[in-house]
Amino acid sequence: MTLDAKVPSGPIETRWQRRRFEMKLVNPANRRNLTVIVVGTGLAGGAGAASLGELGYRVKSFCFQDSARRAHSIAAQGGINAAKNYQNDGDSVFRLFYDTVKGGDFRARESNVHRLAEISANIIDQCVAQGVPFAREYGGLLANRSFGGAQVSRTFYARGQTGQQLLLGAYQALERQIDAGSVTMYPRHEMLDLIVVDGAARGIVTRDLVTGKIEPHLAHAVVLATGGYGNAFYLSTNAKGCNTTAIWRAFRKGAFFANPCFTQIHPTCIPVSGAHQSKLTLMSESLRNDGRVWVPKRALDAGKAPEKIPEPERDYYLERLYPTFGNLVPRDIASRRAKDVCDQGFGVGAEVSGVRRGVYLDFRDAIARLGEAVVRERYGNLFEMYERITGEDPYRVPMRIYPAIHYTMGGLWVDYHLMSTIPGLFVAGEANFSDHGANRLGASALMQGLGDGYFVLPYTVSHYLGDERPVVLSEDHPEVKESVKAVKRRLKRLLSIGGRRTPDSFHRELGRLLWDHSGMARNAAGLERAIVKVPELRAEFYEDLRVPGSGSDLNQSLERAGRVADFLELGELVCRDALARDESCGCHFREEHQTADGEAARDDARFSHVAAWEFAGDGAVPRRHREELTFEFVKPTQRSYK
Amino acid sequence: MTRSMRLVLDVWRQKGPKDPGGFVRYEAPDISPDMSFLEMLDVVNEGLTERGEEPIAFDHDCREGICGSCGVVIDGRPHGPLTATTTCQLHMRHFQDGDHVTIEPWRARAFPVIKDLVVDRSALDRIIRAGGYISIRTGSAPEANDVPVPKPDAEVAMDAAACIGCGACVAACPNASASLFLAAKLGHLHLLPQGLPEKDDRVRTMVSAMDAQGFGHCTNHRECEAVCPKGIGVAFIARMNRDFLIASVASRHEVMAHRRR
Ligand SMILES: Cc1cc2nc3c(=O)[nH]c(=O)nc-3n(C[C@H](O)[C@H](O)[C@H](O)COP(=O)(O)OP(=O)(O)OC[C@H]3O[C@@H](n4cnc5c(N)ncnc54)[C@H](O)[C@@H]3O)c2cc1C
Ligand code: FES
Repeated sequence: MTLDAKVPSGPIETRWQRRRFEMKLVNPANRRNLTVIVVGTGLAGGAGAASLGELGYRVKSFCFQDSARRAHSIAAQGGINAAKNYQNDGDSVFRLFYDTVKGGDFRARESNVHRLAEISANIIDQCVAQGVPFAREYGGLLANRSFGGAQVSRTFYARGQTGQQLLLGAYQALERQIDAGSVTMYPRHEMLDLIVVDGAARGIVTRDLVTGKIEPHLAHAVVLATGGYGNAFYLSTNAKGCNTTAIWRAFRKGAFFANPCFTQIHPTCIPVSGAHQSKLTLMSESLRNDGRVWVPKRALDAGKAPEKIPEPERDYYLERLYPTFGNLVPRDIASRRAKDVCDQGFGVGAEVSGVRRGVYLDFRDAIARLGEAVVRERYGNLFEMYERITGEDPYRVPMRIYPAIHYTMGGLWVDYHLMSTIPGLFVAGEANFSDHGANRLGASALMQGLGDGYFVLPYTVSHYLGDERPVVLSEDHPEVKESVKAVKRRLKRLLSIGGRRTPDSFHRELGRLLWDHSGMARNAAGLERAIVKVPELRAEFYEDLRVPGSGSDLNQSLERAGRVADFLELGELVCRDALARDESCGCHFREEHQTADGEAARDDARFSHVAAWEFAGDGAVPRRHREELTFEFVKPTQRSYK
Repeated sequence: MTRSMRLVLDVWRQKGPKDPGGFVRYEAPDISPDMSFLEMLDVVNEGLTERGEEPIAFDHDCREGICGSCGVVIDGRPHGPLTATTTCQLHMRHFQDGDHVTIEPWRARAFPVIKDLVVDRSALDRIIRAGGYISIRTGSAPEANDVPVPKPDAEVAMDAAACIGCGACVAACPNASASLFLAAKLGHLHLLPQGLPEKDDRVRTMVSAMDAQGFGHCTNHRECEAVCPKGIGVAFIARMNRDFLIASVASRHEVMAHRRR
């Protein structure tokens, strides 16, 4: 099967403009007769549902939280990029495009990335007009900062709560449409299946999480904006509810899954403190601007209090290995080096399962140089958060940090219109694979989510509706009935196993397997082992799972069990994809493919493509397809941060 | 090294909205001081599940103090003993070995219990729906830097916008009023020039939506401010009352102007 990305040709600067002109429109009077389902109320889904509602479509919006405002986007701290060049420091649409393609280690589609860079400026305009209280300079204009190693200051932020403020903007726009009657909101509803008839997406099946009611919702088009699947690893910086169910169910109905192994690890998270750990907390990357990363030079000092380790006994390993970038090397490199030193026994902090997984991030020198007041002004709220969680005061004791799973670049394959391989099924935000290649740059996910929702979906969904003129099915259609029945069967099965183990215990075990074999560093032997072990764990899950209660009211164990069941399938695909991609690129580090000094070695001759997996039935190995990537505007080079 | 604690919990269990509900006692042995309060509940729930009993239902998601999902009343205080801290950010090192801890849901007329510690807070969404937004069409926004906002205004707007919509203010208020929640949204939108064109209408429709949702009135107990995990102050309520007064006077003028015509 050839994957047609429907990418326009010609000069890159005019592609999106021309495509918008070519697209079909829908007469305003007809729009109210067309129903669009949007699953997810994060930046992508919230912005998309509000904008489609405003155009006059009948929109049904779904989320599993009790309110649309609580989608995981709310947790983003650092900021959102836009090529405004307010700082006059040489930024431009082309530079943002260039940085994103390069940062993604040449595994993203150029046309999509350029479009994203183009609309980035409109996003900021839109958000400011909605009342997003971005940080400002004394003159009253918008402030920027540099983020994630970028050489220009193009990041807009609202204290450490950028995601929250952007989401509240989208949520309020959504509430406005609900008030106007164009959007119907279904909170505490979980999508458990996609309805596909005659090869096109026709609706979804949901469970009302309060009453347990299973119901079909039919529409002319379906948008999934259901976020990332980082929680497959159990411990991650994602909110506890983040899951893969919506996109996994769509995968099983025929949507291709692209680059599942591209999972990003964030270097500065608070380390695991014990077996009870339920999630990991991200500490903003900005801390690396002033903190110095070190571990003891001698493994036997690992358990010592840090102040007892004198200067000559400390190894500032990032400064030693990367004299130019030092503590500011990109996320993937900072993460891998931390893993290396801990694996070699130099890690610090609590011993969990026999290993100390933590390195120091020390502000002693910054405090001496700048004074405590300046450090407090820059990082006060982060230090406070750290102290709240660890009980340690980072003004006196160095912070301990360790990498954690943070973001998934992989997701459902989409074309230039954000449409999956199932006609009528659109995928937006972190749930799709499109813009970040093998590694996402800081502050680019918020940009992509809002870009997809406000400025891409309204055009491309309209085009589909105008061009294809799909019809809505009746609830009596046999395929609709069968989808509903299948969901009920699955839930009944989960409830009736009657084993001994909790959903969480399986989830933790899966997470450990994936982290060990498909985490920061991967190799063929480990991946092959995981491809055997994950299905074994899945089999045990269906024999020994215990879900108390019933399906007819709020049952959080049942919700969790359903999500873990899907993670257990996805986990295997992550490993298969990591094994098949026999190169290193971006966050995907195959130990077999590294340069002499331990950096990722790409293999453009064999792997300059997107891997898109097709479901082939339970128990069968999914089929791997490829979309070849060509780079007309940015020449692939080797990254170097020495 | 790290000591482990044993706690006794009295937890509100309620099967559904119609069930009268009541306290059930649970032991929580082997609790590490490094756990968060919700991780402590996770441990209790894992034990219950293994025994085939239904775990205690509670809302949570980000576990970072930002989504506003979590929130229970701990020993009579919404979000527990620490100031400016959500339940998910409260750690067990603030408790002692042997402590008895009472855990209840938010209690307010406008927040019916769904199950155990989970309540229905959709009334807060309905308040926002009644005007808690700036009416701006996608794509019609002017260039962002065309409208400068004085930095002090932007800072105070951000203080108000920090509200996470958890509902602790309502749970703490003897009148179960949502005044602090509403005032925070109005404060956010009215400190920015973008929010001003719709100001009078907004304050009127949102205040009446709050009344319609069954929330009580503010009689200045200030319990809300004391429990707000984001430290939002009652000064925003004073500002809202002023704006409401102005808007009401304005609306009377409009009516009279209309009559004269
Ligand atoms: C701690 C943290 C900090 C971050 N900081 C930054 C940052 O500073 N800058 C940046 O650019 N990016 C950042 N990111 C990444 C960014 O926040 C996310 O990638 C982005 O917000 C995802 O948005 P989304 O709209 O795609 O999905 P989400 O916000 O995750 O929303 C998913 C939605 O789908 C719904 N949903 C999911 N499954 C179902 C289902 N089966 N049925 C019904 N509804 C469902 C959920 O209820 C939710 O409404 C950060 C991420 C984390 C974890
Ligand atoms: S779980 Fe999000 S604020 Fe507590």
